[in-house]
Amino acid sequence: MSEQAKVNPTNADPGATLSFDLSRPGRIACALPELDVPAAPLPPEPLVRRELRLPELSQPDLVRYFTRLSQRNYGVDTTFYPLGSCTMKYNPRVHEEIVRLPGFAGVHPHQRETAQGALALMFDLQRFLAEITGMDAVSLAPAAGAHGELTGILMARAYHQHWGDSQRQRVLVPDTAHGTNPATAAMCGYEVVSVASCTDGNMDLDALAAALDDSVAALMLTMPNTLGLFDPQIPRIAEMVHRAGALLYGDGANLNALLGRVKLGDLGFDVVHMNLHKTFSTPHGGGGPGSGPIAVKEALAPFLPTPIVRREAGEGGYVLAAPERSIGRVGLFHGNFGVMVRAYAYIRTLGADGLREVSDNAVLNANYVRARLRDAYRLPYDRRCMHEVVFSGSSQKAKGVKTLDIAKRLIDYGFHPPTIYFPLMVDEAMLIEPTETESKETLDAFCDAMLAIAREVEEEPEVVRSAPQRAPVRRLDEATAARQPVLRWRPAEERKP
Amino acid sequence: MPNPYIANTEADQRAMLKAVGARSLDDLFADIPKAQRDPPLNLPPPLSEPELLTELSSLAARSQAAGLMASAGGGLACFLGGGAYHHFIPSVVGQILSRGEFLTSYTPYQPEVSQGTLQTAFEFQSLVCELMGMEVANAGMYDGASALAEACLMAAAITGRRHRVAVLETVHPHYEAVVRTYAAGRGLAVEQVAAERPRVTEEHACLVVQQPDFFGYLEDVEALGQAAHAAGALYVAVAEPVSSGLLRPPGEYGADIAVGEGQPLGIPLSFGGPYLGLFACRQEYVRQMPGRIVGRTRDAEGRTGYVLTLQTREQHIRRERATSNICTSEQLVALAATVYLCAMGKQGLRRVAELCYHKAHYAAERIAGLPGYSLPLEGHFFNEFVVGCPRPVAELNQALLEEGILGGLDISPGTGAGLRPGLRGLREPPEHAMLLCVTEMNTREEIDRLVEGLAS
Repeated sequence: MSEQAKVNPTNADPGATLSFDLSRPGRIACALPELDVPAAPLPPEPLVRRELRLPELSQPDLVRYFTRLSQRNYGVDTTFYPLGSCTMKYNPRVHEEIVRLPGFAGVHPHQRETAQGALALMFDLQRFLAEITGMDAVSLAPAAGAHGELTGILMARAYHQHWGDSQRQRVLVPDTAHGTNPATAAMCGYEVVSVASCTDGNMDLDALAAALDDSVAALMLTMPNTLGLFDPQIPRIAEMVHRAGALLYGDGANLNALLGRVKLGDLGFDVVHMNLHKTFSTPHGGGGPGSGPIAVKEALAPFLPTPIVRREAGEGGYVLAAPERSIGRVGLFHGNFGVMVRAYAYIRTLGADGLREVSDNAVLNANYVRARLRDAYRLPYDRRCMHEVVFSGSSQKAKGVKTLDIAKRLIDYGFHPPTIYFPLMVDEAMLIEPTETESKETLDAFCDAMLAIAREVEEEPEVVRSAPQRAPVRRLDEATAARQPVLRWRPAEERKP
Repeated sequence: MPNPYIANTEADQRAMLKAVGARSLDDLFADIPKAQRDPPLNLPPPLSEPELLTELSSLAARSQAAGLMASAGGGLACFLGGGAYHHFIPSVVGQILSRGEFLTSYTPYQPEVSQGTLQTAFEFQSLVCELMGMEVANAGMYDGASALAEACLMAAAITGRRHRVAVLETVHPHYEAVVRTYAAGRGLAVEQVAAERPRVTEEHACLVVQQPDFFGYLEDVEALGQAAHAAGALYVAVAEPVSSGLLRPPGEYGADIAVGEGQPLGIPLSFGGPYLGLFACRQEYVRQMPGRIVGRTRDAEGRTGYVLTLQTREQHIRRERATSNICTSEQLVALAATVYLCAMGKQGLRRVAELCYHKAHYAAERIAGLPGYSLPLEGHFFNEFVVGCPRPVAELNQALLEEGILGGLDISPGTGAGLRPGLRGLREPPEHAMLLCVTEMNTREEIDRLVEGLAS
């Protein structure tokens, strides 16, 4: 039992109490209007619901319950959150005010003539993203990064089919790739072929050459790659992929390294997706909402998903349109508009120079962390990194302390752990992405904690292995959770003994 | 002016560059091929915070919003539905969502410092199960339409070699379109089937119905489920969550997978997103389900805690063998729905559903009494209904707009989602038709103004 639990026994196990357990018949948290029209006969009895088991809470109870739950979370607002590949940068508060303006929050998706402000914003955002990536056309329809990938690979498929190239049944994915890349290719009916990297972290061009032939539809590449490295061979890679008649797909998860420094389109990418919730600073919300716009070169523009925003000549204003050979709809309406508003505001606030400062400082911060920790943790790729740096906990593991333990110990020092055990080919990987919004003081405090943990591994490894001590809960039994899944609340009388 | 979101001063940068062993920031980008490095970036000049607020407020003012206080001049009186609905959002929803700990966290890979997100996701799964009458639910999908598409892929994976998906012709056309897009990747054929005699064979992985259907009317969901099961196909239901406060839920009429659009549960219209896909299924299919799932467990000291579970279904573990590629979804939107359902509770959701139902029937009855107007479809409806009109819908809507009213969706024959002969037993569709939606937001005074507007 923790100290706090001893002092206040009623609070010993706050996770055990859900809203359903707080419920008492007759309570409600919102006053609703009375019926002001004559009541109609209800539908016949077989169509009507007999029981609705929802919690009944007063408003003060509800607010306290959820506020207390929020306090059991780390967020960027409370804590340095260097989750690699996730770009956990600060989210400007003014965006939250803007997105609540009635002319954004209250517009119905079927509105057109009366939604010109919303459509104008989307049109301009399409243009901005095309400019930033160096591509020709953009659709904002995908709701998240993986959704953008699905859209992009379905477009590649439609493109090859259109040109009579439907024998292309394979998609190449480097061994460094995010799990979403192979999962996406499989969802689109492709066979996934992994391409190895060299010891310097760049792509093995011999392996690529061996894998490339006229059965390949696309190579999916993240740039910089998930090791945080920019592969200088990229023009050569693009040339090889194109010579084989395949497309070069860009996973834009790491775009935060490149703003104003290079355009993916100039490097030879044909299709890229972006993550507005990463690069363009919209809040991650505990796992969404995101937005995953897709940008393409001219040849692929006719295949973009429906809808895209166009400006009609004369007084026609902005309209939603279906591209000529569109792969169709990927979502219910036009994408995550609320996320687009925030990204648009971010780009307008920073302008070209400000965006470049973002990448400059993101890359500087990552290299600073790299320099400060390099003597304590193994650097599997000892070269300058971009916006994130990967370390290996292999020498700590040899002393009986796993990367997982180091991650949990960071919690005791007040930091959110980095991404761990990814990329897969780095033994005991720790992928640290500080982002540009963190100060040198914060980075120093984090590095000091990492160095202190490295010393603890030598001197008192049990402290690290038993971490965290200062979190809302201790380590959780994930194995039992998966073996005997409890996935929902049940009333006491329905619970298994 | 210095960038307000970046802390590094020039002095900091100098010190850090020195530590890094680089002479300049440019040095850090040396791996980028020189020919492509540092391109011009043509974007509008930067804005200060007050300039940004001014600029975006004027952009927002170029759209007309559905209003909370429409009769007091605070926006349009909204009678537009068709997949997105104007409902009341209690203040507590926005207040809880703006807690930075919820807003600025990410996927709860580190459960010890993510119990807030995880416990609310577990609440959400529980609430969706209760609402849908289903055994298990996931933590949310992008939106209702993509949830349906994933449900069809899941049905195909469960039923094995079946390569066809049957979609009832009264399903929302955007939902069907998204199913077609996703199905193309897996080589599944999507077929529209009639509600009267749905043709489901042993080649079909599933039959998809929507309750209430796109036109607002109730399907014979029990019989349709029997038709699906008789052919060995799964039965997939798209259910509207507010109507579930009044109507029988999918679990009670035989659905194997139930999906829905969660937007009516406390989420703003926001021009179509972010919304929320609800996804639930039978217990036996839980390991084929896409998306995040949160489970309850204990910590090392025996206290209750929550973790992401059954992750071997997911892309970050299983890669090309995952059930779906979905990663980031709509966690914060699911939190909004969770707070909404807890705020409404058992009585509140039923009240909202009944208000919608009675007000819609009041409006329908009054409109049906107007010369030239009709209710061409037979059957029971919830809060949306089809009106045959004497004049083109665009003309009527323009006149309504001048009265501060956002009219219905044009579903005249020939429009994308329009009426056609044979649909729900319709012999001769009216030349002009509108899909109207009434919710608890529409006061009697607003409804009467709508009726007057249509009459004049």
